[in-house]
Amino acid sequence: MSFKSTAAEAAANPLVPHTAELIVGAIAFTLLFLVLRSKVVPMFEKAFAARTEAIQGGIEKAEQAQRDAATALSQYTAQLADARGEAQSIREEARVQGAAIIEDLRTKAQEEAARITASAHASIEAERQQAITSLRNEVGTLATELASKIVGEALDDQVRQSRIVDRFLEDLEKSK
Amino acid sequence: MRSFLLTGSGGGFVPPSTADFNLPPIFGHNVYTTKPIALVVLSVILVSVFFIAASRKAAVVPSKLQFAGESIYAFVRNDLARDVIGHEFMRFVPYLFTLFTFILTNNIFGIVPLLQFPAMSHVSFPYVLAIFTFVIFHAVAIRKKGLMPYLKEIMFMPGVPKPVYILLTPIELATFFVVRPLTLSLRLFANMFAGHLLLLVFILGGDHLLKGVVGLKLISPFAFTFGIGLTFFEFMVQCLQAYIFTLLTALYIAGALADEH
Repeated sequence: MSFKSTAAEAAANPLVPHTAELIVGAIAFTLLFLVLRSKVVPMFEKAFAARTEAIQGGIEKAEQAQRDAATALSQYTAQLADARGEAQSIREEARVQGAAIIEDLRTKAQEEAARITASAHASIEAERQQAITSLRNEVGTLATELASKIVGEALDDQVRQSRIVDRFLEDLEKSK
Repeated sequence: MRSFLLTGSGGGFVPPSTADFNLPPIFGHNVYTTKPIALVVLSVILVSVFFIAASRKAAVVPSKLQFAGESIYAFVRNDLARDVIGHEFMRFVPYLFTLFTFILTNNIFGIVPLLQFPAMSHVSFPYVLAIFTFVIFHAVAIRKKGLMPYLKEIMFMPGVPKPVYILLTPIELATFFVVRPLTLSLRLFANMFAGHLLLLVFILGGDHLLKGVVGLKLISPFAFTFGIGLTFFEFMVQCLQAYIFTLLTALYIAGALADEH
């Protein structure tokens, strides 16, 4: 407690600031401010943000996962329904096609049958005509021979001969 | 001041006075090497190192060190800045955080063994801090409201009958430009000054009693016990003053940002 010059003058009033202290105080405080602002505050804020993120992010992730699961489920359900619908339509189509094929075949078979029947009829008719013709000729010859034998008269004249046969046959048909 | 003279064998007791706050330069006559200046520089180093170490990892799950640093930071950030200033608080967190840690560290130096001197009991440092706060809260208000509207708001508080302005305007002007910075710095300074003086009285007094006659020696432990009790009390005051300075700064900034006063 025995400082001579400085103590005597400054001790008089403790409210009078010292220039050196003002300067050092301002610089020291500013330095500390710059250090804390650039190095410490951002890091603590980062830690706080990361912590908030970790908590909120966890909740959000869980919610997101739930939403994803629900979406996937509805997708699968929709796909399943689609597949079922498709299978149904394929079956339906196959049934329709099958029916069409059967119908087609049946039609073709009937046509074939009709055609065969028709050609059979035609050939029968043709053969009948042929038979009739040949029969007629044969019958004519036979009858002529027979008649000539019976009548004793040669019927050489072709025209007359055939007229006689025709008349005979007409008589024959009428008598039937 | 010498009326306290004790007539023990150790001679007269010189009670601590304001002269005890004028510590000589450590190196010769260089006024930049006094103990308070050394302490302020030390506080900057300690606070920087501590908080850089604490915040370096910025882990989601904090270490003990990070937790300690974070607790102080979160206290200033949430309980002081956010609750007082509101949604624009983040801009002011670095300043308030620096203010709080700087004042707290320098105050606590008052009871740290060997250091044992609160730098804030030298009025220059509180002055500097008050000037910073003064400049900041006025700058914030001027930037937010414009110079003239701000002055008008201070001088002519709305919703007051005109004749009252004769009284109110000088009071408001004095409040904003003189009283606020002055009380801010003097409150801190006076608390630290008085606290240190009080500790000096009890501890130097106890020491002096110990050198006295046997009867006085017996009283000495009481003085020391009181001194120790007061040290704890001082610790509370030191924390409280750092808190109050920061809180008031936050309040002034909040007032500067507020639309109505």
